[in-house]
Amino acid sequence: MTDRTTYVQIRHAQKAFGTLEVLKDISLNVERGQIVAIIGPSGSGKSTLLRAINDLDPLTSGEIWLDGVQVNKSLPFRQYEKHINEMRQQIGMVFQHFNLFPHMTARGNVTMAPKMLKGLSDKEADALAEEQLDKVGMLERIDYYPSQLSGGQKQRVAIARALAMKPKLMLFDEATSALDPELVDEVNQVMKKLAEEHMTMIIVTHEMDFAAAVCDRVLFMDQGVVVEEGPPSVVFKNPEKERTRAFLRKHLETAS
Amino acid sequence: MDTDLMLRVYPFFLQAAGTTILLSVLTALLGLACGTLGAAARLSRFALARFLGAAYVSFFRGTPALIQLFILYFGGPQIGIQLDAFEAGVIGLGINAGAYMTETIRGAIISIDKGQREAARTLGLSRWQAMYKIILPQAARLMVRPLGVNLNMLIKATALVAAISVVELTYTAQRYIGSTYKPFEMFLLAGILYMIIIYATGRAVAWLDRKVQIV
Amino acid sequence: MGLDFSVIPGYIDIVLLGCLWTIAITVAAALLSFFGGIFFAVIALYAPAIIRLPFRLFEWVFMGTPLLLQLFLIYFGLVQIGVDLPAFVAGVIGLGLHFAVYNSELIQTAILSVDKGQMEAARTVGLSRGQALRKVVVPQAVRAVIPPIGNNMIALLKDSALVSVIGVSELTLSAQRAIGATYRPFEFYILAAAFYYVINLCMEWVQRRIERRIALSR
Repeated sequence: MTDRTTYVQIRHAQKAFGTLEVLKDISLNVERGQIVAIIGPSGSGKSTLLRAINDLDPLTSGEIWLDGVQVNKSLPFRQYEKHINEMRQQIGMVFQHFNLFPHMTARGNVTMAPKMLKGLSDKEADALAEEQLDKVGMLERIDYYPSQLSGGQKQRVAIARALAMKPKLMLFDEATSALDPELVDEVNQVMKKLAEEHMTMIIVTHEMDFAAAVCDRVLFMDQGVVVEEGPPSVVFKNPEKERTRAFLRKHLETAS
Repeated sequence: MDTDLMLRVYPFFLQAAGTTILLSVLTALLGLACGTLGAAARLSRFALARFLGAAYVSFFRGTPALIQLFILYFGGPQIGIQLDAFEAGVIGLGINAGAYMTETIRGAIISIDKGQREAARTLGLSRWQAMYKIILPQAARLMVRPLGVNLNMLIKATALVAAISVVELTYTAQRYIGSTYKPFEMFLLAGILYMIIIYATGRAVAWLDRKVQIV
Repeated sequence: MGLDFSVIPGYIDIVLLGCLWTIAITVAAALLSFFGGIFFAVIALYAPAIIRLPFRLFEWVFMGTPLLLQLFLIYFGLVQIGVDLPAFVAGVIGLGLHFAVYNSELIQTAILSVDKGQMEAARTVGLSRGQALRKVVVPQAVRAVIPPIGNNMIALLKDSALVSVIGVSELTLSAQRAIGATYRPFEFYILAAAFYYVINLCMEWVQRRIERRIALSR
């Protein structure tokens, strides 16, 4: 390793379901504190790439590195399970459909993993839950069950749940796509706040305005390859590739 | 209707009902244990375990419980299994009920949204931790009603052990029908007791089902 | 004592004959339970209260007590009132009534879920209530519950083993006869189980085909 280690590295990621190639030799570097947006049409492989980073959808070949450690090391089953569980504790993930645990309150959702995996006492975990839920503006709903919360509130609790593990990297998989339009902003605000705190984030999104405002870099993916990559000012304003222009044009039409 | 006769013999029916209840409880417990193991096998990551689980369910649901009971009780000694009638009844019916419960438990588990498992694994929980902390508590709530149906069937199935002469309700009714030639009266006595047991169980299941619902 | 399956061929004819009787009793009881189920469902929903309420009680009793007990009642009860039926007939009646009650539950739910508009439409073209039920509502309801009724029929096959207890010479009793002659319970009960299993598989296969056909016709 050189002294300027790249925080997150994806090297030659390939993924195939049978003969269908979903990811074709993708490489990506993300520096510490950087925020990268991945955009592209549905079926472009962007969610698959994101889910490969914490090995929810394992790659067919290629390597994922986080802070000098390979995430998808090849190890015997038991050792690998132990290793990946440790890695996943360092990688927060937020899902499109929240996936909150319905049988636990907001507090339970946030404290469950820290208590179980990091051995926090009830008191420490409670303090942590209050801190994290306060950060996402959900402190007053701390003892509500998910079924008593709106979509935007659920997603904010889900973000607090991920943050409670003090991750090195946060992955957002279309975190606002399932929300009613008027609830999108409250979640975006939370993500913006994280950006200001220099959380390293990789965001799969349909929201070009948000990506342009918050991200350091934008990747446009189509049919399993990265078509174009660069700062938002370039990718959104002056894209080089025709495919990028076509996608953005189409997106603008449907958005308006 | 011969009420004098009924009054004379009803203590024997009460005693027999006690045996039926004991049989039901023991069978239900064994069934639950077998069902849990069976479901674990059917959901295992090992193909052999999955195959064995499927074979268990298929054989015990595909053949009559009465035959299974006979194989165990009458055929058992040939392969070195010596059981008295009550033990054979509990074990035979328990394994049989377990096959049905396997499907109930497995059905509840696989009906939990896969996003729940993903979210748990993403936080760093192991497969087992995700199962017992996230999936099972949710699946358990879904299981209560269908397991109640299994329990209802199981209580009625305990009558089968009359065929291997365990002195429970149906056997007692059969014996008194034979000695008194009053089938209707004896049916009434046994039937009322069965219905009380079934009704009480049904209420208990409904209570439990309400109790475990989230909010 | 050990196992010795070589005794089986000598008694295979008895067991095969028992197999045929099992199939016969299953088919007969299945038919009775199917049409009985439709009949019961209509009574439970549309008969005047004086018939309906006692009938509900009868349904409740049949669902709350074991089949074996019901078989004893029917077999010995019929004898007591002077009707001396062959065991086979008593067995068919017992099994058939028992499953008719379960089928009736299914059909009742289905009838209630058939669109109210169907009944009204039938009445507006001039059908009487009975005709509308017979020609429009019940056929639709029955088609909707064929798959779960299929499950009941498969359960009926396995419960048909119980009629051995009242002396019907079906598969289980035939196996017992062979055992009486050979003292080989394990071998013959396993054989009987294998036959039940095969019949069971055949029924499941037929059920899947019927379900597929229904799915296509929708």
